[in-house]
Order: sequence, then structure tokens, then C-alpha cells
Amino acid sequence: MANKPLLPEMMKTHGVSRRAFLKYCASLTSLMALSPAMVPRVAKALESAPRPSVIWLSFQECTGCTESITRSHSPTIEDLIFNSVSLDYHHTLQAASGHAAEAAREQAMKDNYGKYLLVVDGSIPIKDPGYSCIAGISNLDMLKETAAGAAAIVSVGTCAAYGGVGHANPNPTGAVAVSEIITDKPIINVPGCPPIPVVMTGVLAHFLTFGIPELDALGRPKAFFGESIHDRCYRRPFYDKGKFAESFDDEGARGGWCLYKLGCKGPTTHSACATVKWNNGVSFPIEAGHPCLGCTEPDFWDNGGFYKPLSVPSGDYRKMGLAAIVGGAAIGTASALLSKAGKAKAVKAHETVNAHDLEKSS
Amino acid sequence: MDCNHPSAKKPSATADVLSFVATGNASPVLHEVKHALIQLLKTGAESVIDLGAIPFAPGDDRVLNEILGIGEVHATLTVMGESHVRETAIPGVWCVDHLDENGEYQSRFIEVTYMPNILKTQREDAERGLETLAERLGALDDRR
Amino acid sequence: MNNPAFDLLMWARGPGFDIALVIFVGGIVLRLFEISILGRKRDLAPAKGNGFLQGLKTIFSRSVPREGLVKFAPVTYIGGYVFHIGFFVAFFFFAPHIALIDDAFGISWPAAGRVIIESVTALTVLALLALTYSRFTDPVRKSLTTFDDYLVLLLSALPLITGYVAVNKLFGDPTMMLAVHLLTVEALMIAFPFTKLMHAVSFVLSRYYNGSIQGRKGAES
Repeated sequence: MANKPLLPEMMKTHGVSRRAFLKYCASLTSLMALSPAMVPRVAKALESAPRPSVIWLSFQECTGCTESITRSHSPTIEDLIFNSVSLDYHHTLQAASGHAAEAAREQAMKDNYGKYLLVVDGSIPIKDPGYSCIAGISNLDMLKETAAGAAAIVSVGTCAAYGGVGHANPNPTGAVAVSEIITDKPIINVPGCPPIPVVMTGVLAHFLTFGIPELDALGRPKAFFGESIHDRCYRRPFYDKGKFAESFDDEGARGGWCLYKLGCKGPTTHSACATVKWNNGVSFPIEAGHPCLGCTEPDFWDNGGFYKPLSVPSGDYRKMGLAAIVGGAAIGTASALLSKAGKAKAVKAHETVNAHDLEKSS
Repeated sequence: MDCNHPSAKKPSATADVLSFVATGNASPVLHEVKHALIQLLKTGAESVIDLGAIPFAPGDDRVLNEILGIGEVHATLTVMGESHVRETAIPGVWCVDHLDENGEYQSRFIEVTYMPNILKTQREDAERGLETLAERLGALDDRR
Repeated sequence: MNNPAFDLLMWARGPGFDIALVIFVGGIVLRLFEISILGRKRDLAPAKGNGFLQGLKTIFSRSVPREGLVKFAPVTYIGGYVFHIGFFVAFFFFAPHIALIDDAFGISWPAAGRVIIESVTALTVLALLALTYSRFTDPVRKSLTTFDDYLVLLLSALPLITGYVAVNKLFGDPTMMLAVHLLTVEALMIAFPFTKLMHAVSFVLSRYYNGSIQGRKGAES
């Protein structure tokens, strides 16, 4: 690792000024959701942080996460973050393939054993490991082998973090999250389908500068996943006023009203979409007029339907209700008739007695 | 907070309704700025407020710009994309916007200071400047 | 990795709601059939008034307190009114609830704003507390109160309190609190047909019976 130059030296050789580095640190601090007072500490950490080797493993995934992180048009922050790491293996991005690629992975592991950062996207099938293999190695084996020498693991995307679409009902491949297999390494979950590019880079930056960020109960960095979409949504004032879009093409939808009734999962979804936004801060789904699907939460595929409001039951409850009416009527009638029959029987069995008879019997 | 700022015109049916949506966060930020300005005058302590850390709707931006106004200085920096450093109509309160090479916002700050640090020449750059100047002078002397 | 709060919410929205709905609807229908089939003993005496009309009238007239009674039992009357109207407003005018009704029956109406819903909810809970307090302090009411009454008070208060907590994120994970809110509502639904909560439906029948019996005898309600 000593032969890899530090970030400021690299910037210098690229003709990047100190002022540009300060701007970069200011934006990075903001990106990491840290206080601006932390800028000098971020600068200092970046000046002294060694460039870690990064191995990126892709398992049962759609490459959406990789697309997301590379699809940022501006070659600035993301680019610089990648300049400050040494991406030694990423089978989608690297030129080598097959055994040559695997050799690169093995070399990087050997050279940096115990120190490299492992990034994973995609879920791991455990029902039959043969469902997903790379160069003849099953995902399960490759994860176990590579995780053994990792300093930490970043599970990028909901599939790696929580199982995602592979894990969705009925889960034919037995897909599980990284954390279900690896339990002895620190794991940072960066869920999302896909995650916001700057959130991925922000988490990597945090790892480079200050180590593992503070995580919530689901292993997500609190800086980006601490608040719900609903709490940070610019449409929240409409929710509070009781103004809702009822369809995708009504006055409310055109007026930018709250999308709760169209199935928005904002109230139960934790992500930075509403503040960081997408495509360099252009917009986010709700701003584009679509309810939040809740993609940063475990099992969001099985949340009862993307367009069903959160307050609406997820099952086929109408049939149950009708059955209950029929059943209730039948039992009620039977019970009433039984009571009537009992009453008639009692009347029939009724014997008249007078005081005289009673005296006799006692 | 009300969606309509008192000074706002009623939006027409076709107007961009969203620019009148506000989260109500402009007012606490402005109070924070006031507090920071008091501190600057009292103790000389500078402060920076990260606008990216606060949920802001277009209506909040409008309120912020209306209250702070446009001041005397507007510097454009060309460092990995442009940066705009503007003093507002409230001297001592600066808006610092960092854009990337595509002109998209990277980060936005309000700095309460006599002079934003990013405007100053950094020592490392000056050192490199000296080296460059020496090189160029050497080249000039060689030509003679 | 699972989120227990989310799983609980999905259970409450899925199987939990189905179970509660079957018991709630089935129980109400069962009891209504029972009540109407059993009916009442025929009154063979000649009618002195119109029992049917008096019965109908009584359904509504009993909602108005008799003169002097508000002064006699202010907590019961005022608290009772505040609770019933408040519960109605909080249930029928909060947007997520309207979304549920819309989904089930295809009808909807404008929702009330947050300020209205939240102040009404707070008032309703206060009214419930006052009603409970009067049950403890008034010796007559105390001796009349059974376990069933306290259970019903608790079951009606919990959805209001948990709903308020979930919406305002007062404490706990918001997803978990939403799940807890649904579960408390489901508990209320399950208890409904078998406790005095049933009065919300059966008051129509009992008032009609009372009114028509008296009306037939010539008494005006």
C-alpha cells in the first residue's frame, strides 16, 4: 500500500490546487452529512489516509448499483473518491475477465490481507449455490473466501444489504443478504434500489476518513438513513393540511400534493432521497410525481403493493369480510333458533305447581 | 408554516406551484444567521451553515434570497467547476455555492465571516506559485 | 436481514387485519341476527299509539339529554359527547383512514388537516380520562362498573394514543408504532361484538325496541 500515493499528492500531480482541495473537502463534508466545522478534520484525514484496496463483488444483481455509482455525469467527487481508492477487482468494470480477473482478485487479497475493503452488490443464493457462479466459483464460496481477509464490508444495494428482489416472496433461489453469511466482520449496509450515487461515495469517503460511520439497527449509516422520507419531504405541508393526490392525473397530482393515497411509503422509509436527491440534486421520485416505493427497507417488494396506501390492509380482505357476513348470519340464525327451541322445550316441560304441592314435596 | 409568503403573488393556474411550497425552514436558518453575525461581531468567531443538511423547498430559497438580498461582492472561482462566492446585502453574510464541472450544485453554504476562506490564496498554492515563477524567470534568463 | 418493526406492520396489515375483520364483521352479524330473530314477545293488548313511529323517533331522541341531566352528571354527558364526536372525527376525517374506506368501499371525502385531527384526538383522550376518573370517584358508578367497562375504555383509548404517537413520532420506531397502532385497532375490532362496544351498532335496535314498546302503550318519547 505504501507505493500508492496519497490523495493530495495525486491532486498535486494532476494540477489540482489547494483551493480545489478545500472546495472538495467542503462538498465532501456536506455530502457525508457532517457539520461544516468538520471540514479541517476531513482535510487532515484525507491528507494522511492511505488509499485502501477495494474489491467489489457482484452476485445476484442487475448491475443497477454499479450503473448508479458510475452513471454520475460529473467526473468530480465520485471520480476523486475512486482516485482515492484502488479498485482492484470489479468484474463488470475491469478489462480482464475469467481466470485473469480472478487472479487479480487473489493478488489484491494477498497483498492487502486484513486491510482491504470489500464491496458487495447482489444477494447470495444458498438453496443451490449453482444458481449464481463467477468463473466456476459459487457466490457463497467467493464471499466467504474474500470476506475472510477484509477489514470491513460495504453491502451496496438492497439485495446485498437485505436480500432485495431475490429474497422477495417466494424466493426461489434462497437468496440472502451478506450479513446472513458473514457475521464476524463490520458490515455497512447502503441499501437502495439502486442507492443514491453520492450516498455510496459519501459512505466510502467516511470509511476513508473516519472509519466506519455510526449505524442504525439495520446496519445503515445514520447520516444518510437517519430520517424518514416523509419527515424530510417537501410535500409534507400538503400531508399536514390533508391535501392528497387521488390519482396520477388529477388536480392534486398536478398541484404537487401529498402522494400518501397513491401508496407512498415515505412514512416508513429511511433514506436521504428528499435531501440529497438524484442526478446531482435534480430531483427524486416524489418530486417527479411518483410515490416512494420504500426501496431502502428490508422486504420492500413484499409490502403489500407499491400503489396501496400504507393504511390499507395488504391481503384479500374483502372476500374475508363477505365470508364473515355469511358465516356470522348462519351462526347467529342457528344460535337464535336453538335458543327458541330451548325456550319452547322449557315451556313444554313446564309443570304447574301450587303451594300445596310444594309443601308436600319438601 | 403557510405556503404563501405574504409578499408572494397568488400563483396563477399555470404558474409553477412548487415555487410556493415551503417547509418553513427558512426562518430558523435566518435566525441562526443572525445569531452567527452577533457572535462574529462579539468574538470574531466565524460560522458556516450547510444548506444541504436542511430540507429546503423552492419556497424556502425564495424567502432566504428575499431577506438576505444581493450585496457588493460577487466572485466567481474556477476550481473543478465554478464556485460562486457572493456577499449578501447583509455585510458579513456570504453565500458560497460550489458547482461541479457540469454546473450542477455540489454543496451550498452560508458563511458568516469577514472574508470566506476559499477566496484567500492558500499557502500551498502560493508555494507552488513561487516555484512556477522561479521556473519561468529561469527560462527567461536562459533566453537572454 | 429483517426489520422486526416492518414484519410486524406487514402482519398487522395482512393476516392480523384479516383475523380481526372476520371476528368483527362475523361477530356483529351474528349478534344482530340473534337479536332480531329472537325478537320480542308479542304484545296482545290493543295499541294505544304508533309503536313503529315512536320506535324510530326514539333512536334519535335518546341522543339528546333530558333537561337537567347535563347539570346533574356533567362529566358523563359532556365527556361522553366529546369522546363520541371526537372518535368519529379522528376516525373518519384522517386521510389514511379515508384511504382505507376508499379501498374497501370505493367512496371517499376530503380529509381534515393535521391541526384538527391532532387537537380532536387529544381532546378525545382527555374526555376518556375524565370518564374513567368519574367511574373511580363516584361511588354509585364505581359499584356499577365491571371489568368489561374498564377493558372497553382501555381498548378505545389505545388506538387514539398509539395513532397520535405514531403520527408525531413521540417515541419508538415510527414503523413499529404504526404496527402497534394497527394491532390496537385490531384488538378493538375483536372485542367489539362481545363487549359493550357492541352498543355502537345495537343502540339502534335497543332504542327502537324501547321506543316502540312505550309508543304502543301511548307514551311519547
